[in-house]
Amino acid sequence: MSNSKLNILTKGFFKENPTLILVLGCCPTLAVTTSVTNALGMGAATTFVLLMSNMLISALKNVIPDKVRIPSYIVIIATFVSMIDLLIQGFLPSLSASLGVFIPLIVVNCIVLGRAEAFANKNTVFDSLLDGLGMGIGFTIALTLIGAIREILGSGSIMGFQFIPAEYHILIFVLAPGAFLVFGFVMAAVRFIVNKNEEKKKQKAAKRCIKPLPV
Amino acid sequence: MEYILMIIGAVLVNNIILVQFLGICPFLGVSSKVNTALGMGAAVTFVMALATLVTSLLQKYVLVPLDITFLQTIVFILVIASLVQMVEIMLKKVSPSLYRALGVFLPLITTNCAVLGVAINVTQQTIIPGHGFSVIDNTLYAVAIAIGFTLAITIFAGLREQLELVEIPKGMKGVPIALITAGILAMAFMGFANLV
Repeated sequence: MSNSKLNILTKGFFKENPTLILVLGCCPTLAVTTSVTNALGMGAATTFVLLMSNMLISALKNVIPDKVRIPSYIVIIATFVSMIDLLIQGFLPSLSASLGVFIPLIVVNCIVLGRAEAFANKNTVFDSLLDGLGMGIGFTIALTLIGAIREILGSGSIMGFQFIPAEYHILIFVLAPGAFLVFGFVMAAVRFIVNKNEEKKKQKAAKRCIKPLPV
Repeated sequence: MEYILMIIGAVLVNNIILVQFLGICPFLGVSSKVNTALGMGAAVTFVMALATLVTSLLQKYVLVPLDITFLQTIVFILVIASLVQMVEIMLKKVSPSLYRALGVFLPLITTNCAVLGVAINVTQQTIIPGHGFSVIDNTLYAVAIAIGFTLAITIFAGLREQLELVEIPKGMKGVPIALITAGILAMAFMGFANLV
């Protein structure tokens, strides 16, 4: 895999993380991160939809007329969302019960439509596949990170495995306010780290530029 | 009496933003000024009531009798998207002043998950115990939910206006501090739990 292809895949992980940097798809991030299991399930479902819709939209980009492209994208995305919804209902009923209305709501997740509009309708099928996969993994990383913090603090367990006794649980973290607080602090921390890295790179680049210039 | 309880429940106890986590994007995006927040609230109320009315009718008279409820997601999102377009075109003709006030917000509402979320939610639960699936109840519930949305987004916009004047650490600026403010607001709304 060449460097540019690898870059398409990995840019969604941290540098352009859809949730923590671009602030897209906040509703599922807040709602389903009460436990790591839920977060992973939601991440996997969204990654599937992103991957499939990105591929199909990129394959059809010359067929769909420009004027009706948004409704067409919505129909394509909704088809894949219905598929994954029925699959989860059939094979993982407990996950379906805990994610509830948020599985059909992947349709209006801004990440999916955003990638279709910003990436898939301009690039090749393979590039769109990598982009969808990368963004999906980035979304899953963010969800799992927030889910892990909330589950450890709020119910003293990870993936359902309990290791902190019940009297030390901080209940607020599995309730609604905890979602906002943890999301806010995680986003601040990630932005701080990413900004610092960018600054370092800039300084290095600046040093390299200054040397050959005859002053 | 049961309608009053339903409205209090929808506005305060199960507030759509702070308890159900639907419609967070406009909550964070258009809440920098109180006036804009009120405009967004009005637009959402209008669209949400209309969308729930139409989707409830479709659910009752088309999807359930024909046994094609698995098409619910596709049908509902298409109805909402075309409804928003239609409302925009009609408002432009009928009431240009209202269009100028709401116009900017209307296209944003198509991808507002609150509208689709409420439309799907009302098909899965009975709004008032003992009434069964009633289109009128569903529409009233949607209006009450939208009032809750307007309330939350307006309070939040007021808080953010004050936040402009405060010195904030660099990494916290913008969305992170807004989320933490929302967390504290959600704590305040937790006081309404078990009210109904």
